[in-house]
Amino acid sequence: MSETREARVVKVAGPVVVAEGMAGARMYDVVRVGKLSLIGEIVELNGDFASIQVYEETTGLGPGEPVIDTGEALSVELGPGLIESIYDGIQRPLDWLYKAEGEFMSRGRAIPGLNREKKWHFKPTIKNGDVVGPGDIIGEVAETTLLTHKIMVPAGISGTVQKISEGDYTVVETIAVCTAEDGTETELKLMQKCPVRNARSVRNRLAPNQILVTGQRVIDTFFPIGKGGTACVPGPFGTGKTVVQHQLAKWVDADIVVYVGCGERGNEMTDVLTEFPKLKDPRSGEPLMKRSVLIANTSNMPVAAREASVYTGITIAEYFRDMGCTVALMADSTSRWAEAMREISTRLEEMPAEEGYPAYLGARIAAFYERAGRVECIGSPQREGALSIIGAVSPPGGDLSDSVVQATLHVVKVFWSLQARLAYQRHFPAIDWLTSYSFYKEYLKNCFEDKDRGDEMDELIVKAMALLEQEAELLEIVRLVGAEALSPANRLSLETARSIREDFLHQNAFHEVDTHTSMAKQYEMLKTILHFHKQALAAIESGVETAEISKLAVREQIARAKYIPQDDIAKITQIRKTIDEQMKELQTVSS
Amino acid sequence: MLSIKEYQTVTSISGPLMMVEMVDEAKYGHIVDVELGDGSIRHGQILQVENDKVLVQVFEGTHGIDVNRSTVRFLAKPLELAVSPDILGRVFSGLGEPKDNGPAVIPDKRVDINGNPINPYARDYPNEFIQTGISTIDGLNPLVRGQKLPIFSGAGLPHDDITAQIARQATVLGGGEFAVVFAAMGITFEAAQFFIDDLQETGAIERAVMFINLANDPAIERIATPRFALTAAEYLAFDLDMHVLVILNDMTNYCEALREISAARKEVPGRRGYPGYLYTDLATIYERAGRIKGKKGSITMVPVLTMPEDDKTHPVPDLTGYITEGQIILSRSLHRKAISPPVDVLPSLSRLKDKGIGEGKTREDHADLYNQLYAAYARGKEAQELATIMGEAALSEEDKKYMLFANKFEARYVSQNYYENRSIQTTLDLGWELLSMFENAELKRIDVKLIEKYMPKFRKTNGNTSNE
Repeated sequence: MSETREARVVKVAGPVVVAEGMAGARMYDVVRVGKLSLIGEIVELNGDFASIQVYEETTGLGPGEPVIDTGEALSVELGPGLIESIYDGIQRPLDWLYKAEGEFMSRGRAIPGLNREKKWHFKPTIKNGDVVGPGDIIGEVAETTLLTHKIMVPAGISGTVQKISEGDYTVVETIAVCTAEDGTETELKLMQKCPVRNARSVRNRLAPNQILVTGQRVIDTFFPIGKGGTACVPGPFGTGKTVVQHQLAKWVDADIVVYVGCGERGNEMTDVLTEFPKLKDPRSGEPLMKRSVLIANTSNMPVAAREASVYTGITIAEYFRDMGCTVALMADSTSRWAEAMREISTRLEEMPAEEGYPAYLGARIAAFYERAGRVECIGSPQREGALSIIGAVSPPGGDLSDSVVQATLHVVKVFWSLQARLAYQRHFPAIDWLTSYSFYKEYLKNCFEDKDRGDEMDELIVKAMALLEQEAELLEIVRLVGAEALSPANRLSLETARSIREDFLHQNAFHEVDTHTSMAKQYEMLKTILHFHKQALAAIESGVETAEISKLAVREQIARAKYIPQDDIAKITQIRKTIDEQMKELQTVSS
Repeated sequence: MLSIKEYQTVTSISGPLMMVEMVDEAKYGHIVDVELGDGSIRHGQILQVENDKVLVQVFEGTHGIDVNRSTVRFLAKPLELAVSPDILGRVFSGLGEPKDNGPAVIPDKRVDINGNPINPYARDYPNEFIQTGISTIDGLNPLVRGQKLPIFSGAGLPHDDITAQIARQATVLGGGEFAVVFAAMGITFEAAQFFIDDLQETGAIERAVMFINLANDPAIERIATPRFALTAAEYLAFDLDMHVLVILNDMTNYCEALREISAARKEVPGRRGYPGYLYTDLATIYERAGRIKGKKGSITMVPVLTMPEDDKTHPVPDLTGYITEGQIILSRSLHRKAISPPVDVLPSLSRLKDKGIGEGKTREDHADLYNQLYAAYARGKEAQELATIMGEAALSEEDKKYMLFANKFEARYVSQNYYENRSIQTTLDLGWELLSMFENAELKRIDVKLIEKYMPKFRKTNGNTSNE
């Protein structure tokens, strides 16, 4: 903490406040503004004047009120207790605020991000006298049944460890003392503080080489995302961006999920809060909440804190990555984050670029997504972590030429394009199979233990995609000259493409079984649909009418395969046998 | 208490804005009274303070204000509404002053109309089904208590009839009536009176609070009107444990008033001249709907907005759709076909439907049923379009069947009288009846068990339309 400077407010315009007497303050220092001690951050310095973005509502603030520079950058507290928390944009625990202040948010409360009273059982993994450096793991805390929290040496500290011992500690008690070569002693605690605006350092960055399985068929099969990859979900309202984000947060095979609700609906966060403790992680059987951290800065909460929420989220995510975890961060929605930047920029009277957005919009978005990646973490023991970012984008009117969408598409490697047309047909997830893309497709094979199956999956995907593309062309023809003009084989292609859409791509997020599909089941389902196509094609060649094929009873079984539970997956293989039998019957009848 | 200070230092007036200088102790967001030379009073709010210069927006407009003789009083408080149980049954102006010749409200307390955001942790998830008696809402886009579900309308479409019908018929299953808070922003006298008369007829006026800013009332006042209405609603819901239905009509006029202020402040405009912070501003209104843990009351919101040129991508409907939990869209083509209410089923959506329906709430078959109705109607619509291009003869047998379904669906399910109050059971049964023209195998979205349980009844009565 630095000494109090004689600074005072001179101008208030919405979330931006100008203070004078700020000489000596640094950019991005956190300040306390006014009699209510509102939390703010310096975003512009000009001689003795500083412009401050205030993270709380500024009504009632006026010139002459005091401003105090804390001398610290905006930081988050990292340590045991993060999991299962729900924070606002500047890491104030909302459950604590609720207990302390009631149902409505009040102003000027600085509540620490981590519980100061709770004791955690710390177990050292190193001995007294060991020499450590930044990122080294010195011990563990069993935080939840799903996570053993590794305690790491904070950045910038190295030396010989003394007085380390097993025991119960709060996050601010000293667990060890680290003596540097020059003799300075630093107390190590369970908690460390880390500024949010800079990426945490890593030893090496690695290319993603594994798939992040999401259990969503259209994503995993056709447009997968890699562990450490980046994806964006743009779409107009009502196309299911949030449902896609929620589904990923629920079923993604990551160790930790950080969900940032940035300028979105309050009830959506409530939904997550009420549902996650009840849902079970399909891999461990534990409640999903035990691997989740939530950041909720809803649309009606102060706009500057919304700008910060994305950074708060990613810094927490990076911290878990540094432990060697696979982390997935969902940001819903990055457009609201960009709008917060725009609002602050406007109040600072900066020269705008496109649509009023600041000229640095693209750079900020790129820098944010670049914090994703698969990395070799710093410190010993050697370990790898991965951080994937999935950002929703809400372009005005669904127009993909929007600045935020364009800046995002520049950096991300997966594009899930949501279409209103599909949403109106209640085809969910409304991800358009013709315009979406993924650069991580080649890693998909790793999902299957035997290599042949991986190769076969590749072939199935190519075939299915060809059929879907053919469908789009054929539908054009149908629109011009009518369905009668199509050859029987083409008509079958239309039928199969419809089956791929309705029986495979369409997935009901609210159905107990259908909400999540394993890779093995995805493979079986797609194989069955294409098997039907192959057999039907053969039948047509031997003179069977397409109408007869459409009437086969087995088609209903194919349609309902998505509701077959994971444990009964053999039943899907059985469907293929039924297909063969029924086709044979048809051919005998017709001949 | 601070003493109220008076200033006669108005230096410039431009549009709805007024600059006052040499002011001491002005606070952002506080209100002022402006006394004109003739003794009349205007109201204003501080938009910006810089040293001793204060920028004030004047709600009633600045015409007639002069630089020399005007006196500005800084009231050192934000805009407030006086609340007490007596506000029920009253009519107020857009600035929260009694407009019905009744006495002033003796306040239990005065509340800042800007409110504070609800802590997301304190929210309770909306999951109680509201029966509006309108099939396209109850059956396909169910409204739940604590939801914000706007009506996207257009000039000349009957949104007034629909909001009146919702206000008249809305009930929660198992009883419970709503208190109605109505905020009129820039609508015509006729439209406002229609609504008031309707409430009077049913006696619901006793449980209603109105804030009326008509088309010829000052435009800037509209910026405060929805906030007054919501402050009243919050008081009724969270202090008096009532279930409140808030109707905001028309949000497009509100946004235009906001644009006027923004333009006067020479801010960098966003799309179509609306300010860049329109999303945030709208969110501070819409997000005040909801339920709170441990509180009996709730706020359900039905904002109405007219889409310029029926364009859904216009900033007002677009940003609204991003904040609200769905939307009910009215269709001009259905209206032309004399189908009322002309709800455009396919693009309409209720995001909270899944939590409010099903066994114990509406009926076990509800979710599957609306999925199937949607899918079939979407396909039927495609066939309808195909038929207009190539003629009905070019359709396949299957397409013809779906087109027939779409026509029947519009005529029987969508169309109903504005005074017809269909129970949810009637609406669901009507869905089954319409679907009975398909084979079971075609009903892919419905669980086989449900088809077996419900369908047989309707297969027998198929073609008999008298039991509606």
